[in-house]
Amino acid sequence: MTHAHDPFVRVVKRTNIERSKVVLFRLTALVGALLAGALLVALLGYDPAQMYGDMVSGAIKGFIGVNKKGVLAFTNASQATIKIMTLLLVSALGLTMAFKMRFWNIGGEGQILVGAICSSYVAIQFGDTWPQWLILPAMFLAGCVGGGLYGLLPAIFKARWGTNETLFTLMLNYIALNFITYLQYQPSWQITGTSFPKIRDFADSTQLPGVLGVHIGWIIALLLAVLVYLYFAKTKQGYEITVVGESANTARYAGMNVTRIILRTMFISGAICGFAGFLQVSGADGTLTTDTAGGAGFTAITVAWLAGMNPLLMIVYSFFIAILERGSNRIQTTMGIPKSAADMLIGIILFFMLGVEFFINYRLVFRARHRKEEAAA
Amino acid sequence: MKPNAQPDVTKAVEMRNITKTFGPVVANDRVCLTLEKGEILALLGENGSGKTTLMNMLSGIYLQDSGEILVCNRPVTIRSPKDAYALGIGMIHQHFKLVDVLTAAENIVLGLKGGHTVNRREINARVREIAGRYGFDIDPAKKIYNMSVSEKQTVEIIKALYRGADILILDEPTAVLTPQETTKLFAVLRMMKAHGKSIIIITHKLGEVMEISDRVAILRKGEYIATVRTAETTRQDLTEMMVGRRVKLEIDRPVCPRGDRKLHVTGLTCVSREGVTKLKDVALDAFGGEILGVAGVAGSGQKELCETITGLKPIQAGSILYRYTRGGATVEENIAGMSADKIAQRGISLAFVPEDRLGMGLVANMNIVDNVILRSYQENAGMLINRKKYRPVCENMIRELDIVTPGLSTPVRRLSGGNVQKVLLGREILSRPQVLICAYPVRGLDIVSSYRIYALLNAEKQKGNAVIFIGEDLDVLMDISDRILVLCGGQVSGVVDPRASTKEEIGLMMTRIGREKVGGIA
Amino acid sequence: MSYGITNILNFLNMAVLASAPLLLATLGEILTEKSGNLNLGVEGMMFMGAIASLGAAYSYEQAVTLAGGMPSPLLATLIAAGAAAAAGALGALIYAFLVVTLRANQNVTGLTLTIFGTGFANFFGELIGKQAGGFVQVSAATKAMFGNLDMGALSQIPVLGPLLFRYNWMVYFGLVAMLVMAWFLGRSRRGLNLRAVGENPATADAAGVNVARYKYMATIAGGALCGLGGMYISMSSTACAGVWVHNCVNGYGWLAVALVIFATWSPTRAWLCGLVFGGLLVVRNYYPIPGLPMQIYSMFPYIATILVLVFASIRQVKEHAQPASCGLNYFREER
Repeated sequence: MTHAHDPFVRVVKRTNIERSKVVLFRLTALVGALLAGALLVALLGYDPAQMYGDMVSGAIKGFIGVNKKGVLAFTNASQATIKIMTLLLVSALGLTMAFKMRFWNIGGEGQILVGAICSSYVAIQFGDTWPQWLILPAMFLAGCVGGGLYGLLPAIFKARWGTNETLFTLMLNYIALNFITYLQYQPSWQITGTSFPKIRDFADSTQLPGVLGVHIGWIIALLLAVLVYLYFAKTKQGYEITVVGESANTARYAGMNVTRIILRTMFISGAICGFAGFLQVSGADGTLTTDTAGGAGFTAITVAWLAGMNPLLMIVYSFFIAILERGSNRIQTTMGIPKSAADMLIGIILFFMLGVEFFINYRLVFRARHRKEEAAA
Repeated sequence: MKPNAQPDVTKAVEMRNITKTFGPVVANDRVCLTLEKGEILALLGENGSGKTTLMNMLSGIYLQDSGEILVCNRPVTIRSPKDAYALGIGMIHQHFKLVDVLTAAENIVLGLKGGHTVNRREINARVREIAGRYGFDIDPAKKIYNMSVSEKQTVEIIKALYRGADILILDEPTAVLTPQETTKLFAVLRMMKAHGKSIIIITHKLGEVMEISDRVAILRKGEYIATVRTAETTRQDLTEMMVGRRVKLEIDRPVCPRGDRKLHVTGLTCVSREGVTKLKDVALDAFGGEILGVAGVAGSGQKELCETITGLKPIQAGSILYRYTRGGATVEENIAGMSADKIAQRGISLAFVPEDRLGMGLVANMNIVDNVILRSYQENAGMLINRKKYRPVCENMIRELDIVTPGLSTPVRRLSGGNVQKVLLGREILSRPQVLICAYPVRGLDIVSSYRIYALLNAEKQKGNAVIFIGEDLDVLMDISDRILVLCGGQVSGVVDPRASTKEEIGLMMTRIGREKVGGIA
Repeated sequence: MSYGITNILNFLNMAVLASAPLLLATLGEILTEKSGNLNLGVEGMMFMGAIASLGAAYSYEQAVTLAGGMPSPLLATLIAAGAAAAAGALGALIYAFLVVTLRANQNVTGLTLTIFGTGFANFFGELIGKQAGGFVQVSAATKAMFGNLDMGALSQIPVLGPLLFRYNWMVYFGLVAMLVMAWFLGRSRRGLNLRAVGENPATADAAGVNVARYKYMATIAGGALCGLGGMYISMSSTACAGVWVHNCVNGYGWLAVALVIFATWSPTRAWLCGLVFGGLLVVRNYYPIPGLPMQIYSMFPYIATILVLVFASIRQVKEHAQPASCGLNYFREER
């Protein structure tokens, strides 16, 4: 009679779970999310198989091959995907610096934009006069410093007064975006002789050289992922960031200068995002628009989080998300499904991934099984 | 049980074969317990023996994995604290369950059924009525965060009584009280017993068991050992049942020659960010070859004392002279006003075992190696961190201090309390400090681990170093310390020789300086 | 009346109108945070409410028209409000399920809800728009229901009329919601329990309060309010007024999250702070600063938010602070 009132299900914490099982759980969640997306699309009267097929083919069709000019290069479809991936990967790496410190930098978007603005300033001012070997490093430096300082600003207040960094960085996004709108109305930034609110295309000298048909940024991004990985695994600074993230109290106790670490790390975080902005204006777009970041600052949060803050895994996830983003453009033209489907799908995937963590950390024991286990004991 | 059996009215609670596991840890293994009506039952056991877990199942915080509970001979399932209250069971937890920003009255009626609005006048009247009956002193409109520890405890007890609890469980109720407050609490408990309440008091202090209880139930490592009548047992027998073998109850106090004055603090004053004076004009001297005990009611400035000396909290006034050897010469330097990172930069090794072990002393999610390098990682030149160098050091520490861990890569949060403390203390000793400050070093540790820690501290003292021991258990402080400094409301109310004073004298010094009573301590 | 007075009346009038969606969302987030759930998905829930109200009202009108009937503007309004609240509540339900039941990280879950809600709204906005042949909009009669009310003589009182009696129904609804919530949190028994859950869930639990239920209820009710705030933007705001505009919520949700801090978790102060922010959002249209470009002027609300955040962090008090357990999940059996 003891068991008559047993709860139907009880939650038990898992002590250890094999790695392979974790991977299996996460993959299941991913498939589950894609199926949920398929169900939604099917309910709206579209063919989900066609949607996913179009997405993938639109994003990576052919992937890489010898083009008409007889040169090895990424195909047209995959070029755009690689560009998106580069932006996402670099931004995610930047944000990870802050996230490891439990500094919720939601301002990636703003830091990308300010990096882009600073790089663009150099391009507008000196693009027609300076040679390429000079202008590109100058733009790079301007982008990194600009993004870095924009990341530093909320960190100063966080370190001094504990000011809520989530909202602070978020507001900075809107300010940066408004500033670009402002620049679009400045005659010195517009195409000479017009007053249309649009920033002109930059000189060719401001553009990064390509590798396999995509600006060289994608290679730098891959190298950066390795670098950030090593930074956390091997350096004192990486160690300090982890300690501050786990407990600022402990860091102070250990004789670390917490303020300096927060400021330094946020500068680096912002600088990497600023670098992503530089890549946008000097590689992907060739100009500055309000869409330069295009929400990558937010999507990169997703990438960093899905990868569990592991820089190497971010390569995989940024590629995956890039396929969704690029593919959604495709399905808009082929099937008439709005491309916002990608955002919704990313949301659904994240919901599933968040949910599956529970099953990785906990085990459910149902009443019937509980009794069986007890009898066996 | 037959449905119409005559109820055996003498039993308030009966727990049969209760088992509770947390992952691989068996916290309670087929434990049995009987509480008779109108008695005070002491539940005795070491830290980690499963006393609190067992009581949490009675009060509905946890649900047992197996076994049954009978209240007044009726089998019951207690799924939540609400169920427990419905059965007349109320528990006063060691860490008070009170909402800081609410008033006493609001806390008392929390979660109760009633009208849509809270009728404060009516509640206050009832609270006063209960307080009067049992001899409590309480202001129902006072906010919890303005209360002293013993006032909070009073609120907790009234909260249980207000809900009509006939069975009261108190978890280590005297841990935070002065000897005088303890006496007062015991008087209240006896009064409640006289009113027919049944009481379980969880404790690991033998003196209290002998003083207040009618019977004693003993747990050891999650297993039920026995229940005995208090009048028919002795301290030595209880200890044996609790620990499982004969242990000596005395703590060593080796005789050492007094060494140099290592630390000389004068006029130390610390005001918190909210403007509250936490330390006022504190002076203390710590000598080599000596353990200086620090006694005081919880929150009397112990934490601030540790953190100002170690540079973790800014001070408003005072000097902290620290004597150490630099380049072969002995220097005395004023480190007042230096932040912890500045102190570390000067190569001063002030060892500090903080109260919050996993929140300040160690990084819970990091492994032993990463925790051991915490204080010395900067010594390595260059950008990179050298973990390899520390592996043998850690292995050595694990061997010497008998640290039980699955391996070097296990996060320290997975270790038991005693092992966590050994890692922390072991690391601090590794830095060869001349002054070692320990805040509540044996809190939550079992007896064997505690004695291990005492031995380590005594070894430091015998090396000629100064040890400052912030404690809460006066018995322990009086046994181990060479001198005891008593704090009261952020001030030093005196320094005494434990060999020539009584617990009561120190207890009084904890609540008053000279003749003046300090703070809102009842 | 002189131009100056007319201008100031118009300005105040517009400030009140601009504050209404902020107020609703802020109230929703206060209720949510009082339960210890820091839901950063306000923006997403507003988006969901915005599209749901518009889509539901539009679908209702289409269905009735197709059947040959005359759609009732009142019914369309009620349907819009119901759909908005339900959509916001649905977003909050997803959040609560992940955070309360599945113990997921609150920060990440909230952000995800924002990403999802934004995608959800833009997706359906465009989808319905495409099916409607271009863009989706509700009938003029329904639009009028969301326009400013004419209270006859009251609205004609000089100064007071335009200041107090010429708003749409949602402005008054927000006021009522504010008063109800102030009473609920300050006076009622359930409000007391809710505050305890947010401050110290273990204590509330030990006192017999069903922590999970309170967290669910408060979060879902809060989400419904955020959804209504979203409806205000798609139906009542001058920028949309019954037409779907891509990305229409555009940061309002985040301003609301910041306003909660500014208002120190008090519904009454939320109303006042909402007014200040409403004013900041529209001031550029009434008091242009010579030499200051409009694009820079429009940064003001964001800069003000930052100043508010900094100010709030410098001045720290024990009471009127964020509920102590905010952002942390509670599991009874954790050890």
